[in-house]
Amino acid sequence: MLSLRRRDIVCQEAVELVTDYLEGTLSRRSRRRFEAHLRACPNCSAYLEQIRMTIDLSGTIEPEDLSPEARAELTELYRRWRSE
Amino acid sequence: MDTDLELLARLRDGDEEAFVTLVTRYQHPMLRLARSYVPSRAVAEEAVQDTWMGVVKGIERFEGRSTFKTWLFRILVNRARTAGSREQRHAPLEPQRAVDPIRFDANGQWADPVDRWAEDSENHLEAAAWGPVLRSGLEDLPARQRQVVVLRDVEGLSSDEVCAVLEISAGNQRILLHRGRTRLREILEAQIAKA
Repeated sequence: MLSLRRRDIVCQEAVELVTDYLEGTLSRRSRRRFEAHLRACPNCSAYLEQIRMTIDLSGTIEPEDLSPEARAELTELYRRWRSE
Repeated sequence: MDTDLELLARLRDGDEEAFVTLVTRYQHPMLRLARSYVPSRAVAEEAVQDTWMGVVKGIERFEGRSTFKTWLFRILVNRARTAGSREQRHAPLEPQRAVDPIRFDANGQWADPVDRWAEDSENHLEAAAWGPVLRSGLEDLPARQRQVVVLRDVEGLSSDEVCAVLEISAGNQRILLHRGRTRLREILEAQIAKA
């Protein structure tokens, strides 16, 4: 069994800090501890990469195409609004 | 691709094509957002249509102090809130774990090695294939998490802009973002395990 220094964070705590870390809202001391944990823990590093990839992929979601009907309806509405 | 501001300038001159381009760009994100406030798709569509009417008729009121996107989503959230049959109850956020506790041992360390799928370049190359998985994953998120993740990660608003659009605190924005992202990560992980 690993002996943990009192102030070290464990993996289960580290995963809860990921968003605050990426948002840059951790205190300097927490950030240092978090980064120290990452350096020593390939599992949490892999987890962080998974979160980063999730964020990147969310940014690649393309808007679905509008159906021709929806487009026609909105064009019709636009003309009406403009003439009101 | 024309920027929003270019399209807006043309819209001021009554350019119908600019309107259609803007609608095409934002219709689905708007529906997704509206849907998290109202009970049915029909009501969400009405709120979105109302918003476009507000844009067309109120275009002179857009002062460019926020991005067009932020302005648009703010109008939408206001309409959708009004259209929602009941005010969203802002129940205190219940604790929720980022990762299923079963994945950790008694010391709080990962019980099994974490798979390195995010570093596997094959998964990056197929980014386009993730669209449907993520879209359905977003639909499954609790409404408030979905609102934040859609605005932040899909639409690329800043945290300040998201707080302004949704009228939530920076702290709650972070909590909802954290939960939404961790839930989406789980969905991707499950999908990869299946593949």
